[in-house]
Amino acid sequence: MSPPLYGLLAEFHSPQEVVEAAERVHAAGYRKVDGFSPFPIEELSEALELHKSHLPKLVLGGGLAGLVGGFGLQYWASVIEYPMNIGGRPFLSWPAFIVPAYETTILFAAGAAVLGMLALNGLPEPYHPVFNVPGFALASRDKFFILIEATDPKFDRAETARFLKGAGASDVSEVEH
Amino acid sequence: MVSSPRHEHDDHFQTEADRLIAPGHDFGSVTDTISKIVLQRRTPRGWWIGFAISFGLLQLLLYAIAHLLFVGVGVWGITIPIGWGFDIINFVWWIGIGHAGTLISAILLLLRQEWRTSINRFAEAMTLFAVACAAFYPIFHTGRPWVAAYWLLPYPNTMGLWPNFRSPLIWDVFAVTTYATVSALFWFVGLIPDLATLRDRARSKAWRIVYGVAAMGWRGSAKHWHNYETAYLLLAGLATPLVVSVHTVVSFDFATGIVPGWHATIFPPYFVAGAIYAGFAMVLTLSIPLRKFYGLEDFITLKHLENMAKVMLATGLIVAYGYMCEAFFSWYSGNPYETFMIWNRMTGPYAASYWALILCNVVAPNLLWSKRLRTSVPFLFFISFVVSIGMWLERFVIIVTSLHRDFLPSSWGLYAGTQFDWAAFVGTIGLFLTLMFLFVRFLPAISIFEMRTLVPGAEMPQEEHR
Repeated sequence: MSPPLYGLLAEFHSPQEVVEAAERVHAAGYRKVDGFSPFPIEELSEALELHKSHLPKLVLGGGLAGLVGGFGLQYWASVIEYPMNIGGRPFLSWPAFIVPAYETTILFAAGAAVLGMLALNGLPEPYHPVFNVPGFALASRDKFFILIEATDPKFDRAETARFLKGAGASDVSEVEH
Repeated sequence: MVSSPRHEHDDHFQTEADRLIAPGHDFGSVTDTISKIVLQRRTPRGWWIGFAISFGLLQLLLYAIAHLLFVGVGVWGITIPIGWGFDIINFVWWIGIGHAGTLISAILLLLRQEWRTSINRFAEAMTLFAVACAAFYPIFHTGRPWVAAYWLLPYPNTMGLWPNFRSPLIWDVFAVTTYATVSALFWFVGLIPDLATLRDRARSKAWRIVYGVAAMGWRGSAKHWHNYETAYLLLAGLATPLVVSVHTVVSFDFATGIVPGWHATIFPPYFVAGAIYAGFAMVLTLSIPLRKFYGLEDFITLKHLENMAKVMLATGLIVAYGYMCEAFFSWYSGNPYETFMIWNRMTGPYAASYWALILCNVVAPNLLWSKRLRTSVPFLFFISFVVSIGMWLERFVIIVTSLHRDFLPSSWGLYAGTQFDWAAFVGTIGLFLTLMFLFVRFLPAISIFEMRTLVPGAEMPQEEHR
């Protein structure tokens, strides 16, 4: 018995071809689709109608947490836990606390941006079926790909392969699990 | 980045001096040229020679540290009234150098300056390694760094002590650690797609595993790029205030004190400009040999070098304005200590350092007005050293001449670095170069995926898709 099919992977030679094909795939009603390219192509995400990234909200949350946490830490340490009279200044000498709070804001926001990006992308991901296709290594060099997953309701092994060929794919491979 | 509005690809109208990438390249050739440097089996002989020298200097640093820890900070030339000597001079020098990397990777990205693309990766690496060198000095200047943690970092320790957050030195700890962390994150995020390229192209299984683990399963999917581009832009936005804030906070170490020569409101902007000025000089120092020895003239073109020279000219003039303001404020203040400070700087025991500084940082950058000199590679290499020396002298003059004449003549003194000061300084240059050599050997020195976006054919025809 052959291993279960994960999907079909179509290869393209230029960014223009892959975007055009992605538009046709989307128009034909396929929804479990992904595109692959060696550099970011905004038009490809648009053709696949990916929803807006949630990352900015995470980064805002991280920044606010850093601001409140950084200022709160200074308040707690300087006013509650370890009050020190320095030159008669008030314990809550907030202008001096701006700089560390500013830095923790940026630190936490940047951390949220990186960890959030990895989490939203599901990375690290040690295994993915698409790597079973030998030619896929060129996705990080100069080739462009479109993947239609077998779980897509419209998916049909022969029909989808024909459709991808018709959309301009130079090669269509079956992706094994 | 590709999301930026479009540059003209009219190669016919571009002269050689305007080109960001040589003609005839495609996605594959860009990938191969850059990844070849990392993936080639044989390490070039020149690399070994350079690495051996740098590694030797690094041993000097280790010796200097061992001796310092064994005997104490007395092996350095610091004394009263000059408690900040080479350690703080070198700290400020190194941390300033790092700023160019962040400016290139963050601000120039937001300003959509596409010429940043081929220099941002190693400029960011330079930032990281320069910050590592900088961090050495204040940590060891504390004398006993293993007990310094509780008054530098806020953590619940057994003594129940907390740092004094009103001190600019604590601000510095926050500013520099944030800067180092964010720079490392930015650098790593930029590397992920290129690590995937190396994973897919490495010949041996061991390297495929190493690069594969580092790439974390990146597969260039549209969903990946979608979040990635957002993260990259946001990181650039977050790193931008750091370019301005880190050296501002460093200048607060001086400006919040009442020492004549330090207590000036011009310090933050003038420090930031000086940092960028010194940083671009170091980027030139590194990129000129890099492009020559690895044949990267197609990617780091004369246009890049000239643009960097222009940034140096502009920031150099801001620095000159800062010197002028310092002198003017001292005279106009009518304060005898301030007036004496600037007069002593110009004519006192360290007058030679001051005038050498003026020569390096005020006179020399003006040569860059000439287009012929700006596009002469040997001259740019030469002036990058002049600027680095000038910026070192600037910190020497600010720190030593301000401190060595205290308010009372009975507390006057003189300062000179000892052999251990010099060993530590030369040693950190060794650390910096060692890390740079390792970086160039094992990681792509130019961002491959961003270079692909500059290749003709990476652009979508606009009329079709809007």
